[in-house]
Amino acid sequence: MVTAIPRVDIRNLRIRYGSKEILHGVSLDVRSNEILGIIGPAHSGKSSLLRVINRTLEFIPEARYEGTVCIDGEDIRSMSDVYALRRRVGMVSPLPVGLPMTIFDNVAFAPRMAGVRDRHQLGETVEECLRQAALWDEVKDRLHMLGTKLSGGQQQRLTIARALSHKPDVLCLDEFSIAIDPVTTMRIEDVLKSLKAKMSIILVTNLVQQSRRLADRTAFFYNGELVELDQTEVLFSDSPASRKTYEYINGLFG
Amino acid sequence: MFEITAHVRKKQRVEQGVKFLFLGMTLLMILPLLLIVGHLVYKAWPVLSMDFLLTNPIRGMRAGGIWAPLLGTLYLVIISLAVSAPVGVMAAIYLNEYAQDNGFTRVVNLAVVNLAGVPSIVHALFGLGAFVLFAGMGRSILAAALTLAVMTLPVIIASTKEALSAVPRSFREACWNVGASRWQTIRHIVLPNSISGILTGVILQVSRAAGETAPVMFTGAVFYKAIKEGDLFAYGLMDQCMALSMHLFTIATQVPGVPESLPYATAVVLLGVVLTVNATAIGLRVWLRSRKKW
Amino acid sequence: MRRFLNRWMEHGIETLIRLCGISAVLFVFGIFYFVFREGAGYLFNGLNLKEFFFSIAWHPTSVTHVRYGILALLAGTFSVTVLAMVLAVPFGLGAAIFISEFCNPRVRELLKIVIELLAAIPSVVWGFIGLTIMNSLIIRWFNTPIGLTLLNGGLILALMSVPIIVSIGEDALKAVPDSYREAALAMGATRWQLVYRVLFPAARNGLLAAVLLGVGRAVGETMAVLMATGHSVRIPTSLLDPVRTLTATIAAELGEAPVRSDHYQVLFIIGIVLFTITFCVNLTADLMVRGIRKRQA
Repeated sequence: MVTAIPRVDIRNLRIRYGSKEILHGVSLDVRSNEILGIIGPAHSGKSSLLRVINRTLEFIPEARYEGTVCIDGEDIRSMSDVYALRRRVGMVSPLPVGLPMTIFDNVAFAPRMAGVRDRHQLGETVEECLRQAALWDEVKDRLHMLGTKLSGGQQQRLTIARALSHKPDVLCLDEFSIAIDPVTTMRIEDVLKSLKAKMSIILVTNLVQQSRRLADRTAFFYNGELVELDQTEVLFSDSPASRKTYEYINGLFG
Repeated sequence: MFEITAHVRKKQRVEQGVKFLFLGMTLLMILPLLLIVGHLVYKAWPVLSMDFLLTNPIRGMRAGGIWAPLLGTLYLVIISLAVSAPVGVMAAIYLNEYAQDNGFTRVVNLAVVNLAGVPSIVHALFGLGAFVLFAGMGRSILAAALTLAVMTLPVIIASTKEALSAVPRSFREACWNVGASRWQTIRHIVLPNSISGILTGVILQVSRAAGETAPVMFTGAVFYKAIKEGDLFAYGLMDQCMALSMHLFTIATQVPGVPESLPYATAVVLLGVVLTVNATAIGLRVWLRSRKKW
Repeated sequence: MRRFLNRWMEHGIETLIRLCGISAVLFVFGIFYFVFREGAGYLFNGLNLKEFFFSIAWHPTSVTHVRYGILALLAGTFSVTVLAMVLAVPFGLGAAIFISEFCNPRVRELLKIVIELLAAIPSVVWGFIGLTIMNSLIIRWFNTPIGLTLLNGGLILALMSVPIIVSIGEDALKAVPDSYREAALAMGATRWQLVYRVLFPAARNGLLAAVLLGVGRAVGETMAVLMATGHSVRIPTSLLDPVRTLTATIAAELGEAPVRSDHYQVLFIIGIVLFTITFCVNLTADLMVRGIRKRQA
């Protein structure tokens, strides 16, 4: 059997804000074409973990991290072009962020920043990404309207389209559904299932059932530790390896 | 059940009284000023004309117009803002977008905010010590304009910073997340969405630079200097010049026998310039705010 | 190639921005340095500090008895400032309350614009108003021979500092969360009770900062007091005495004092005194405003 290099390989990751350590040495891997769910109560270091992967944690002055994070076997710290790294990692934040420009420009922003000028090519990318994010049909007639004027659910799909516009290998979603309605949430979940064929997806969520519906494997974080990482069916069964996991999933705390 | 008791009636009377008291205070502050401005214009009316603007003062400044001081003020304002606007805006970008939040930055921020309140006469002393004497520029348009630039710099930095920090951080993070560099983020997101605030701040300093007297009095402005009428390039950078504000001071206090209408007219022109510039800034702000994108 | 050029340009711009940031800092600290530098020689070597602060004798150009005592000038600045604040604070805060709590949004916007325009009137124009209009009014009302007095200067400075007090005070009131207002009104308080019992305590620091910034402006004002207060170095005993302030002294004498002479250096030392006073006042106000922001965040 050939062991493939994992898409994302995190070894012994520790994150500190000032003197407070919020992630105490976590190791996990993300395989190609899988959805990895990460669940756990608030403040267990899930969001910060995502920020490490695309190195935007570096914008927070007091934050430091140790350990190694590799994408396709390459250490992210030794990458000279941090912008190329960020284009390989799509990031969707909890609250939808429509940039104050047109819908078209929102999606074309990343390719433009990477140096694409060709109008035709940009148009194709925009259509493709909006279709992938299940937003195309709703906005195709008003691409030149301000992105900030869309509804919350539409803006969140716009954010996903923008994250897809730079053709990432890994898509990270950080509690993407907390500010949007259930119908839109279901639509985005369908989108994610179809995107799995093209990329790896890390889904941080505090809705355990969302992880159960979508994830191939699920990781449970608690107090800055990785308690358990296993196939979703195992984790959600009556006998996960850790008692804590069972209690959290069944709503006994958290 | 809901009868109006005496207590409630008293409460209502107090309420009305207080409202009119505050209204009165506000009006008492504004109305006299309108009267004063009206009075200034009334007194100035006989001499106000294009000729007044375009001719030099003559006969020991007891007759003629204000061409030389007007042009001098124009020079001072343009040169000082040409220095302080770019430096101030870029310094604000540095402080708001690049500088780490450490002790040094905090001291700088504190200094910037507080230097905005340093009296103009202290800036005059600084200009004299630094530009006229130390840098050897002598009393010149350049030295005076630089003094004004240093005076307006902290205010431009402060207003620009405010405009920059009004752009939500989530916009910046969204840009970083898709692989835009810091500068690309600033250039394509932060600046386009804060430019109205930045411009308003800069324009307000135009009027401040035009109106200040003390900082130019000892660094480059002179009581009297005749220049060629109608020539926009009549002053050189190292020349001394007349300035509108200083001209008003001079003919109002230093020269005996000036006909009454001349200082009034000068004051009205100075006031007109300053208020027009400020009204432009306010209009721009209102217009741009109506087009706010989020 | 193009990409390389972009990166290179970007690097250039970032360097420029950093340079500007640093040079602005240099300018800012340059003010401390150069004002001190010109005055330092005489300050540490020759100036009698006791006489400087506690004597009312200001005879900088006397041939035989040169005296540099700024007590009378300090008293001038102090009295004009106090008078201005006595007049400006009630009106300024009253107007701030009216604008923020009692009027409809349309009128509010209009009043704010008017006040902003008032704040822009140059000090030399104020001085001119004091010299002409105020002067004749005071002569007529009080039947005095000359109207360039402490009262005149105080009135002018009050009019000049009111806009600042109004706008900062209004900001402070606006910063009180609407939930406070709703809670108070829901309990049946009238607007005045709301202002007096809820907003004043909640916005106390901001209102104080507004007053302090007004003080800062009044202390530092030069041209208006130079033209409007008359010109006699003495401690005023009535509102109708002419006075002279620190700022006016520098403005009036700097032109005549030979460069690097004792007199010239003393004027710079007065500048240092002024700088110190206004810096302390502004710093206190700034810390207060910042305190509000921090509590809100």
